[in-house]
Amino acid sequence: MKVAVLRFPGTNCEFDTQYAFEKLGHTTQLVWHEKETLPSDIDLVVVPGGFSYGDYLRSGSIARFSPVMKAVTSYANDGGKVLGICNGFQILTEAGLLPGALKRNNDLHFISKHQNLCVINNDNAFLNQCQKGEVLNIPIAHADGNYYIDDAGFKKLEENNQVLLRYSDSKGKPVVVNGSVTSIAGVCNENKNVFGLMPHPERALEAILGSVDGIRMLKGFDA
Amino acid sequence: MQAVVNVFLKEGVLDPQGKAAHHALDSLGFAGVSDVRIGKQIIIQLDTEDKTKAEAEVKEMCETLLANTVIEDYIIEID
Repeated sequence: MKVAVLRFPGTNCEFDTQYAFEKLGHTTQLVWHEKETLPSDIDLVVVPGGFSYGDYLRSGSIARFSPVMKAVTSYANDGGKVLGICNGFQILTEAGLLPGALKRNNDLHFISKHQNLCVINNDNAFLNQCQKGEVLNIPIAHADGNYYIDDAGFKKLEENNQVLLRYSDSKGKPVVVNGSVTSIAGVCNENKNVFGLMPHPERALEAILGSVDGIRMLKGFDA
Repeated sequence: MQAVVNVFLKEGVLDPQGKAAHHALDSLGFAGVSDVRIGKQIIIQLDTEDKTKAEAEVKEMCETLLANTVIEDYIIEID
């Protein structure tokens, strides 16, 4: 599999993301935000974490207008798979490729810790290697991870199995971490080819670092 | 011309910063505060002297970039 990893001014998870996909046996290519096209023959675009444009105005609000995002939008509209992690999730919501928005955490803190997540839906190209109801331990690190969507939008998410992950305890019961609507940690679009989550699976690949659950998540794209 | 844009979270969308400031005001003894909302103010200098044109342009700026209308409302004042 060939993976394009985007890079904006202020991105800081691009090398971790490359490491993750290369560890899984894939080739990766960094793509600078000023590029107007994506590399040919790619199987996945990853918008990695960081603080693109210093999070000025709103997280992701400036990055979404980068030239490369036009290419990502048409790639996604043609059915191409896109994964946004943390700041990447914020960029994809700002770009309108994913529903909802990410607000400042309810307690206003930057939260950085390992967090249990419950797999809510796995009938998609991302979490197909995970079981429904399975609990994964994945690091989170964000200040603006408080997922908001209005009631009508939430109803659509639920009906179409678009809620991917919820923050949970070790038994899979939802817990309040940052104030997200129903503890949502990740969602996908209606066509299930664009995915976004606040947690960092690329940081959960080595037992010595506390968890290897990220491997199973990222493996899904190649299944 | 100058446009002053105030952007704030929509009614019904919890404003964590406003809530924290409200709580702090309560702790300081300022009674009778029923709600606090915190937003941001964006001041834009425009070349045009045509108010109608300026309003339309700033509205487009808000819809495109300055506000995320999924969670935010905005008010435009033009002088």
